[in-house]
Amino acid sequence: MYEILTGPVFYLALGVCIIGMIVRFVLYFKGLSWQLDRVAYKAYPGAGFKGAVRSIYKWLIPYGTYGWRTQPVMAFAFFGFHIGAVFIPLCLIAHNVFLAEKLGFSLFTISTSVADLITWIAVFCLLFLTLRRLVLPEVRILTDRKDWGVLLISLAPFITGLLARYQVGDYTLMLNLHILSGEIVLFAIPFTKLSHVFLFFASRAQLGMDFGIKRGGLKGTKMAW
Amino acid sequence: MPEGTLCNKKPIETAEGITTLLADKSGAKYYEEMKHLDIDSDLLWKTIQNTVKSRMKTWLEICAHCGMCADSCFLYQVNGRIPEQVPAYKIQSTLGEIIKKKGKVSNKFMRDTMEVAWAQCTCCNRCGTYCPHGIDTGIMFGYLRGLLHQQGFVPWELKIGAGMHRVYHAQMDVTDEDFVDTFEWMVEEYEEDYPGVKVEVDKDDADIMYTVNAREVKHYPEDLAEAAILFHIAGENWTVPSKGWEQTSLAMFAGDWAACKIQVESVYEAMDRLKPKRMVGTECGHAHRATVVEGPYWAGRPDGKPPVESIHYVEWLAEALREGKLKIDPSKRIKEPVTLQDSCNYIRNHGMKNATREIMSHIVEPGYFIEMAPNKEHNYCCGGGGGFNGIGLFRSQRNQALITKRDQILATGAKLVIAPCHNCWDAIRDLEEEYEIGIKWSFLKPLVLKMLDIPEHLLPKDEDE
Repeated sequence: MYEILTGPVFYLALGVCIIGMIVRFVLYFKGLSWQLDRVAYKAYPGAGFKGAVRSIYKWLIPYGTYGWRTQPVMAFAFFGFHIGAVFIPLCLIAHNVFLAEKLGFSLFTISTSVADLITWIAVFCLLFLTLRRLVLPEVRILTDRKDWGVLLISLAPFITGLLARYQVGDYTLMLNLHILSGEIVLFAIPFTKLSHVFLFFASRAQLGMDFGIKRGGLKGTKMAW
Repeated sequence: MPEGTLCNKKPIETAEGITTLLADKSGAKYYEEMKHLDIDSDLLWKTIQNTVKSRMKTWLEICAHCGMCADSCFLYQVNGRIPEQVPAYKIQSTLGEIIKKKGKVSNKFMRDTMEVAWAQCTCCNRCGTYCPHGIDTGIMFGYLRGLLHQQGFVPWELKIGAGMHRVYHAQMDVTDEDFVDTFEWMVEEYEEDYPGVKVEVDKDDADIMYTVNAREVKHYPEDLAEAAILFHIAGENWTVPSKGWEQTSLAMFAGDWAACKIQVESVYEAMDRLKPKRMVGTECGHAHRATVVEGPYWAGRPDGKPPVESIHYVEWLAEALREGKLKIDPSKRIKEPVTLQDSCNYIRNHGMKNATREIMSHIVEPGYFIEMAPNKEHNYCCGGGGGFNGIGLFRSQRNQALITKRDQILATGAKLVIAPCHNCWDAIRDLEEEYEIGIKWSFLKPLVLKMLDIPEHLLPKDEDE
């Protein structure tokens, strides 16, 4: 089982994820229309670029925008989860050993104690976001089955990873479940709301271009995000 | 019954059509007919397929359903924070459903959607700036209004308004002759007080071509005179076009894109004809948005700009004060607590927050200007934007919506609210009428005029001399 999951299934999942997202990314930008969107993208590439970068950068900083600052608890949970969701898959030592073996390269790594800390934070934050979805009427009304699906898919690798890490239960089973759940995430990215992993940058760039070109940017006014 | 005699899918193209629809008091028959209007689902779905592309498709798809847009929406805040007022819910339960059902929706659904599109969103675009994914629900509501208009589900007043633009190239039945006559007559009224003040119609190559809001011609002609006097004192070489003078667009509120194009092209034709260096528009927010920000796209201009540089009145005024073309007598500055209404249409959506504040620094005694909270690009809609002010059917919802601005104003303690936008001005007048909080409200022109330090040679000569 382990061989299959770390062999063909791994390559397939990674391939589907990367190719799927490249396709979606390209299609997104090809599908932008200056007339339908009413933004003269091509006429002002410089202003558009600046607006796009600003719009992405500001929202990536914890408490960097009015939006984050007006909802500090939500912002904490959001970043608490997303920091884990980005750095654990990419920078965990074990993951990079695996990467080096499978793909011949690895990324920078974080120490086990740091990894443990941000994993636990991520898990608690995701549980908080789940609770928020159940409790707040303004979030509950928006929630559908797909949202629960995405939540479950996102939580699974963390839980199985922790169980494997602390060797709770059958280690081999936990490890296989962990790898499988990670691969499910990779498969799901291009086809579900998890596409925001990449499309967040596309969508933010678009609104940034809108403000950078049309809604004040050309007048020299920077949108105070 | 598929198409009503008053409520149908055809826009109004004749003066008789307008008269007939106006005769239906409050649109009673019009809305009755709407209950039986058929939906052309094929056309609706085809339109969606042709126009919902990358941006909107992605917006609808990646919305994380996080609800962070809820608090950004003043209509959510002011309507008991009911979840049905969350921007993401409002758009997904309307446009989202239409797309999900491939246009196969019921008459009742479309009428409910009409209420959401015009009474639960003013297209202020504030939520767009609070969404982590950059999803601008206001833009989607603007788009949805276009679909509803196509199917005939549009508030009575806005159907009339869009028809006015098609027939008169103005939001009201003000003809080009009415406009020129009124402007000339109003300016004549002030010739004694301001010797030499005049309005030259259709002058070629002027520095400024001035465009207005038809309401000024019909209901507030003083505004035209004030504009003329201020240009005169500032020594501007200015003109007004005899055609293409109307800057507003109720067609934009109605989602009647074809009428939007007709209207804005009439202004651009005047620019092409008279070749002014710049266009200056009056103190109106949506007029600026329609003619300067969105208009170029309706007219198919790839550079996204009107034929000549076009600025809002506040930009011209800030410049005139900065360059000393207009001088304020410091003793006449405002010396009472005063606040400023940031219009969504040209502050959040065209970046002019500094121009209005520069003006305030000239006309208000230091210490008396109090900012609303929030302000600038984060300010709330006046409560009457996007056509809300003018729709009788949704008057009670509109009055409820005014509470946000009322409370913002009350919190400043200001007794005077400066509102350089017709829509905001109306909403603030209405909120005073409705809630009686004891405030005054004003455009900039009359205030500035009263506090000018006018050069000797422009003052009337004393007859005794």
